[in-house]
Amino acid sequence: MAFKKVLTRHVGKKDCHTLKFYKKQGGYAQAEDAVKNQDPDALIDLVKASNLRGRGGAGFPTGVKWAFVPKHTDKAKYLVVNADESEPGTFKDRVLMEKNPHLLLDGIIICSKAVGIHHAYIYIRGEFVFAYRRLLEAVEEAYSDGLLGKGIFGSNFDLDVTLHRGAGAYICGEETGMLTSLEGKRGEPKLKPPFPAVEGVFGCPTVVNNVETLANLPYILEIGADAYKKIGPEKCPGPKLFCVSGHVENPGTFELPMGVNLLELINKHAGGVWKGRSLKAVIPGGSSAHVLHADECDVAMDIESLDEAGSMLGSAGIIVMDDSTCMVDALLNIMRFYHHESCGQCTPCREGTGWLEKLVHRIASGGGRHEDLQLIQDVCDRMVGKTICALADAAAFPAESIVKKFPEDFLHAIEQGGSPASRNRSRAAVGGGTDV
Amino acid sequence: MAEITFSKKSLERYEWLLTRYPSKEAVLLPALHLAEEEFENIGVKEMKYVADLIGIPPARVYGVLTFYTHFRRAGCGKYHIQVCSTLSCALRGSHEVYQRISERLGIEAGETTPCGRFTLSKVECLGSCDTAPMLQMNDDYHEGLDLELVDQLIEQWRAELPEGGSS
Repeated sequence: MAFKKVLTRHVGKKDCHTLKFYKKQGGYAQAEDAVKNQDPDALIDLVKASNLRGRGGAGFPTGVKWAFVPKHTDKAKYLVVNADESEPGTFKDRVLMEKNPHLLLDGIIICSKAVGIHHAYIYIRGEFVFAYRRLLEAVEEAYSDGLLGKGIFGSNFDLDVTLHRGAGAYICGEETGMLTSLEGKRGEPKLKPPFPAVEGVFGCPTVVNNVETLANLPYILEIGADAYKKIGPEKCPGPKLFCVSGHVENPGTFELPMGVNLLELINKHAGGVWKGRSLKAVIPGGSSAHVLHADECDVAMDIESLDEAGSMLGSAGIIVMDDSTCMVDALLNIMRFYHHESCGQCTPCREGTGWLEKLVHRIASGGGRHEDLQLIQDVCDRMVGKTICALADAAAFPAESIVKKFPEDFLHAIEQGGSPASRNRSRAAVGGGTDV
Repeated sequence: MAEITFSKKSLERYEWLLTRYPSKEAVLLPALHLAEEEFENIGVKEMKYVADLIGIPPARVYGVLTFYTHFRRAGCGKYHIQVCSTLSCALRGSHEVYQRISERLGIEAGETTPCGRFTLSKVECLGSCDTAPMLQMNDDYHEGLDLELVDQLIEQWRAELPEGGSS
């Protein structure tokens, strides 16, 4: 069966972001049916049976996550939509929010009905001003049309949606950091357990779902779990947004079945490596994923396959690097990012990200020693799994994998007085041969 | 120094915000966004105003505000140019974009032109990697940049902000 786009089917068409357009395509039919006719437990079972897995990065089964929320509680229950898209290389949720905001609201209504939620917050990164305005318009349209507010679709089910802008902190994409931030505090992550499903925002049971995850729900209700599971691998199915950036001819967001081959994605959909150059390395799942060497890229883009390949699907942010790229400079760029974004709570992360940046900087600028490569690994070993959240792991994974898979670039920089960019400071900071 | 206060419209927005959260403290970030819209830059005076409005200690506001990089702090130029410098942009020439702006404006990252019109920053990933290199100027993204486009933008911004007309 030929793959049919679901999430971005109408992107690019005139007024595709409006309620009128969305409803004309049959939008909100599933939400309305869910609210009026569906039993919440049956909805959770359906989503469980569909094998939908979270699209934010961790890939947790969505239905299972919902089922963790206590059924009977005196407390309010909340949905917090993770729209804080900030993993380098990732720009898929932005497309949905700017071009198809009602699809997200459709999914929010379905989730809320299934879990018994009456207030959803959309935590959107502060820099996405245009997406915020688009969502704001969509929410206002939905309120005016009786799709949100008191007694939605003429039922007795109430649902409020509030947009909440972040303020420029990568760590707020981590779910507990996001919830802390939503409470008006510094966005510092918390230890789990308690998991948000039991004790989340404002001390209440909370579902945290990514934008793209929720956007899959109307389609699951429309075609059923069995048909949905036939799209891509059964354990991790569905339509998926893949973001391709870096050294390709045609960067962009591509909606394809889960499990598409990475080389096909790069060569067919993203136009291949730019300028006729050859492939050197690919980061397949946002900058926190283990890097893949060019000869490891014949791999299916789904959670299991990338796990087996020693990396991860993560946020499906694919960063392509051509043969002119100096991996020392690329790693330095990534290390600077994680050092900047560490919230500073945990010593292994606060100090470790700083040491990694300093070590790679020393190698890049010509002061590196051979033993620094082992030192980088030692620092990574003291970070992974030793902190409250996964930011330390996110910094360590690219560090250890890039050093391990591209030792020649590091040895060259150590022995030849630094990376190409530092030897020729007028050149680009990354990709010494990149003549943009 | 004159006492500062939200406009009637912002106060109404603030009152509405209070109805959207079960805790008063949770309105802090939205209130800081409002303050930024109202006052442009946020300094000690603005932080104190927000603290009094919500009824929390000013130090709390300071602690939260400084955790986040988004807010325009006191001394920020009228136009805040933020050049994305993270990997995908770097691979496609963000360094050249930054260099060109730096040369044209005569300032480095973290600096403001003496006229107070422009502040230049290098920032981390803005989630627009497919249109790299890119920058954000105040609320707006400028994507798919090359040096010619950068020159055009600078000319446009200079024309929009005549010298001496800055805050």
